[in-house]
Amino acid sequence: MHRVLQQPFKTAVLVLVWGWLLFLVLTPNLLVVGASVMTRDPGTFISLPLNLDAYRQLFDPLYLDVFLHSLYMAAMTTLVCLLIGYPFAWSLSKVGKQRQLLLIFLLIVPFWTNSLVRTYALKLILATNGLLNSALMPLGLIDEPLKLLYTEGAVIIGLVYLLLPFMILPLYSVFEDLRQELLLASHDLGAGRLSTFIHVIVPLTLPGVLAGVMLVLLPAMGLFFVPDILGGSRNLLVGNVIKNQFLDARNWPFGAAASIVLTVTMAFLMFAHRLSKRRLGEEGG
Amino acid sequence: MKKTLLSLKNVSKAFAGKTVLDSLDLDILDGEFITLLGPSGCGKTTLLRLMAGFEQPDVGSVTLSGHDITHTPPEYRPLNTVFQNYALFPHMSVYDNVAYGLKMEKRPKGEIRQRVDEVLAMVQLQDFARRKPHQLSGGQQQRVAIARAVVKRPQLLLLDEPLSALDYKLRRTMQVELKRLQRELGITFVFVTHDQEEALSMSDRVVVLKEGEVQQLGTPREIYERPANLFTARFVGETNLFPGYLDSVAADTITVDILGVSRKLQKPAFAVRNGEQVNVLLRPEDIRVLAPEDEHGLPGKIVERNYKGSTLDSVIHLEDGTEVLASEFFDEDDPTFDYKLGEPVRVSWVDGWEWLLPVELEPVAEEAEGLVADA
Repeated sequence: MHRVLQQPFKTAVLVLVWGWLLFLVLTPNLLVVGASVMTRDPGTFISLPLNLDAYRQLFDPLYLDVFLHSLYMAAMTTLVCLLIGYPFAWSLSKVGKQRQLLLIFLLIVPFWTNSLVRTYALKLILATNGLLNSALMPLGLIDEPLKLLYTEGAVIIGLVYLLLPFMILPLYSVFEDLRQELLLASHDLGAGRLSTFIHVIVPLTLPGVLAGVMLVLLPAMGLFFVPDILGGSRNLLVGNVIKNQFLDARNWPFGAAASIVLTVTMAFLMFAHRLSKRRLGEEGG
Repeated sequence: MKKTLLSLKNVSKAFAGKTVLDSLDLDILDGEFITLLGPSGCGKTTLLRLMAGFEQPDVGSVTLSGHDITHTPPEYRPLNTVFQNYALFPHMSVYDNVAYGLKMEKRPKGEIRQRVDEVLAMVQLQDFARRKPHQLSGGQQQRVAIARAVVKRPQLLLLDEPLSALDYKLRRTMQVELKRLQRELGITFVFVTHDQEEALSMSDRVVVLKEGEVQQLGTPREIYERPANLFTARFVGETNLFPGYLDSVAADTITVDILGVSRKLQKPAFAVRNGEQVNVLLRPEDIRVLAPEDEHGLPGKIVERNYKGSTLDSVIHLEDGTEVLASEFFDEDDPTFDYKLGEPVRVSWVDGWEWLLPVELEPVAEEAEGLVADA
């Protein structure tokens, strides 16, 4: 009786999940793959014949430069997020439970405001007569306004600002799981602070680092509105290229090919993450 | 064997205002197997952490072979710990876990290999060197934890309830194995447990702790047969307690009235006076269950009989309501041996098997009983 009642529910859930994945994940991705191997057509956007021209265009020095520069800015963003997020998450896991909840809450509060709005707010701070410069000038710390806006630095600041929580949260979770006993054991066996950090803490928090990198690096290549608002014309992201190809240049095959590069990068990172977790015996193994 | 290896002097430790250790003194002798025994919260784990260097005492000092190590960090102390939940590094193989301590000492590769292989053979895990901890059973993980600690050839091995996560049978096996290891290595073992049976069967000496104070320090036999106070008597094994009123005191005997029956007992070590009360303690295996016609002994009736294989355990209610536990070995030739439930009997004991203690404030005793139930 119990099983009969349970079965239709189970079936319904499975159908829902698979249906969702099929229509909203697999199909769009296949459409993108399809578009990337077709030919650009001014009337219908895409048409036959099938070819790999779009992928060849990715290696055009002009776009290759954009990609590499985008990758560089995303990598810098990820590095800065990691350098801030790692000690942040570590100390977060060490304070009392009550304060921990408060700090995580504060970390999440900015999400309630649209990120576009927050990026404009950042623009007001970084502008030549912005808040930062008008605060520093009277203090005599600087003689003339700093040129912050429309630089590579502004884009990286914007990306770090928007993406930092995505680095901190997975790191916080691995630090929470890090058993204090293991650190004591390491000291007990003769390891100092540095050795313990290198041989125990880093390997055990690596899945969190990779998860954080995954959550920061990819969006950092795609958040096109950040360079739009803060970066000026020379600091483009892959996301800007994709957006421009679809909306302005109307070159769908090339836009699709560029977005597949991002998807493949993501898949590669996820694979690395899985490997690192398996090494710790957290999954099957 | 008699030399003091580790010495704690006047050690106190409080956490958030709550005293965990109170002016405690303890000397650990070179080469002995000493057990810290007590209920949860008695301070035994804190004591171990002070020795390991994970905590520092608020007051007092810790010395190792005469050197003050009170504030020496754990990585500079020549002693190692086996953790309660093993604390094996999950990302390292068994081999790397065991080699970790030697790598930290920057030993040459060849020496590390040889010593790790040696110690893995000693704990019979040489075939598991390449495995990860999560691929091992609980007992095997336990042995890796021990191997990892002893490979450094510490002067002292600290074991924090190392067997508590194992099932009963495996625990018995590991008890024997640990004793064997300790004999072979000649290392001093400081073993923490709340299991009194484990403490008695493994140790050279036992330290009974309660609320951060040493209740008694002695051989297992002293602890069991001559408990220093009611707490120890009740925490270590089962105990029957009879109130005794002193009728007369002679040179080396006293006459005591126990629930209306007068018995002549040996004079205890503490001072006694006429009319005073003493506690008469008897272990269940010292109690004799006699036929009701017998004139010696306290009258009562059987309320419970439990067959335990080698012994027959009974609960007898005396006329005044006192409950007595008796544990007797089988005597198949004795037809009167088995009593039925509800049958009237008398209980007695062989002269000289009783143990006398002065009367203590009762709340202490009650608390002790509560703690036993927890453990």
